[in-house]
Amino acid sequence: MAWSRFKKKKNMPGGLWEKCEGCGAMIFRKDFSALKLCPDCGHHFSIGARERIELTVDESSFNELWADVSTVDRLDFVGYAEKIDRTVGKCGNNEAVLTGRAAVHGYSVAFGVMDFAFLGGSMGVAVGEKICRLAELALAEGLPLVIFCASGGARMHEGALSLMQMAKTCGALQRFHEASGFYISVLTNPTTGGVTASFASVADVILAEPGALIGFAGPRVIKETLKQDLPKGFQRSEFLLEKGQVDRIVPRGELRNEIGKLLAYATGGDPVAVGAVAEDAADREAE
Amino acid sequence: MQGVSGHSISLPFVPSGCWIYNSGPVGKSKKKNGDHKSALQRSGPDRSVERALSFEQPILEMEHKIQELKSLASSTRLDLNGEVLALEQRMLQVTDQVYSGLTPWERVQVARHPCRPVAADYVDQMLDDFVELHGDRLYADDRAILTGLATMEGRRFLLIAHRKGKTTQERLLCNFACAHPEGYRKALAKMRLAEKLGMPIVTLINTPGAYPGIGAEERGQASAIAQNIREMFSIRAPILCIVIGEGGSGGALGIGVGDRVAMLEHSYYSVISPEGCAAILWKSGDKAPEAADALKLTAPDLRRLGVVDDVIAEPRGGAHRYPEATIVTVKAWLSRWLDELAEVPAEELTDRRYAKFRAM
Ligand SMILES: [Zn+2]
Repeated sequence: MAWSRFKKKKNMPGGLWEKCEGCGAMIFRKDFSALKLCPDCGHHFSIGARERIELTVDESSFNELWADVSTVDRLDFVGYAEKIDRTVGKCGNNEAVLTGRAAVHGYSVAFGVMDFAFLGGSMGVAVGEKICRLAELALAEGLPLVIFCASGGARMHEGALSLMQMAKTCGALQRFHEASGFYISVLTNPTTGGVTASFASVADVILAEPGALIGFAGPRVIKETLKQDLPKGFQRSEFLLEKGQVDRIVPRGELRNEIGKLLAYATGGDPVAVGAVAEDAADREAE
Repeated sequence: MQGVSGHSISLPFVPSGCWIYNSGPVGKSKKKNGDHKSALQRSGPDRSVERALSFEQPILEMEHKIQELKSLASSTRLDLNGEVLALEQRMLQVTDQVYSGLTPWERVQVARHPCRPVAADYVDQMLDDFVELHGDRLYADDRAILTGLATMEGRRFLLIAHRKGKTTQERLLCNFACAHPEGYRKALAKMRLAEKLGMPIVTLINTPGAYPGIGAEERGQASAIAQNIREMFSIRAPILCIVIGEGGSGGALGIGVGDRVAMLEHSYYSVISPEGCAAILWKSGDKAPEAADALKLTAPDLRRLGVVDDVIAEPRGGAHRYPEATIVTVKAWLSRWLDELAEVPAEELTDRRYAKFRAM
């Protein structure tokens, strides 16, 4: 493949290039594969919610629900309404999470994907509401629940109401848990603050993409509090795995198959068959 | 008394403002020595000036004048009772004026006042017995969160409280009420104990936030808080929560999922500190007052938004000026709701608890 890249500090005009956070290489956007990985170091670039759905679920199996749930500015917070208008225009979705029914390797799931491009994937009332409805749908229909997280935390502009979404989502998930529902949470770069401290962390299986920043407090806050430099790799997926906070680190290209296998285990399916299908697909691609 | 919306409790008595600085401690205090002196005992006139909030200046000036007049009276044996009484009346009016118009940012400062009653004061003055239980069985005893078995006029419950401390040494020891994961895990373990013993749970929330540190992250701060929040929905015992000072974000909510949640009138509850919000929005910590406005973090605002159920009125002049009267009011609120919720079947409790938060 003809990767066009070079190392350079300044950003190129026109947004044609993107700089790798991992190794500093500049990558020509058009050269990205669907997985959006750095060809040099394998760094996982952020991807949009729609792209994520495309990569993860069976072809055209995603049936979006509650797309009309939108933000309410109950605090009349300075500049928030305008900000939401602009963001909706730019992102094409009403809020920072997409929810619906989908299938992965033929297994039906309740599926949610956060959109980091929408105000940093922050959780306000609308996000909390959609996560709750998704958990309630999974409970009512006996579906496993899969949520991809990407969030800077709670939505400051909704004040304590955004804080209460942590309680609301966890309440719904407690009910799902009590009914023996199976929940997979996938932590992607970054997952921090109120989302990590609520629905992202109470899953039965927690997967993480390589190198993702995952934590309660952001590294800058911690650095300022402690007035010291943070250890290398602190709050990255690999660090969390070592500390026992996540179950597996799974590269983006393998997530679909890993989730398929887990769903097979959880629902009495055949994990070996999922593995075989995955291998076939890999062989076809190689040809 | 201020007419606060919602189910505010009226105060049985409001002591006149001046005696704090003259007659020293009022009522009992179990620990009379050294570090355990109560806020009352330590608020002599000099200390009060030192700890003054700028908007309290008019009140403090009057308090000072009254003090001077009284010492003049005692040294000269002149009868100045009339003058003192008049000044005291005037001071109450001034206090009224100042406290009826507090801005959100001023309330935040009252909520953080070093003389505001903290967990230890409630244990001392409100409970007839308290048996602290320290162990989280996992890592360490986190002193930022106090847990134990409590008796209050025949009512037994599990108390969970953020611990702020009063002296510098105490504050350091309990990490300024910034808990680590082990604190939240200890709280959850003890909540399960309460459930087993058929006891209700009372939480006193007073934290700037959960601790943002290396160890806290290593041991799963986010996961500990998330686990608490989720499991509090399943606890088959009544849970009462009161924000008594600072309700700092997830660190507060980690012990804050209750059947009935109240805030003291001048406490605050917020998703982010006003300083943090200002730094993000306006790149300047100086804009904290504007941020405090925007965040709607005061008790009346949050009652209106349905985030909390009750506002517990503070004596005019604030809990830091009248700690004992404040604690009496909190006790009355707790007694009422402990009795009411004792009648509710467990199933109904957890259903209602979920329905309440589900509607937010
Ligand atoms: Zn790279």
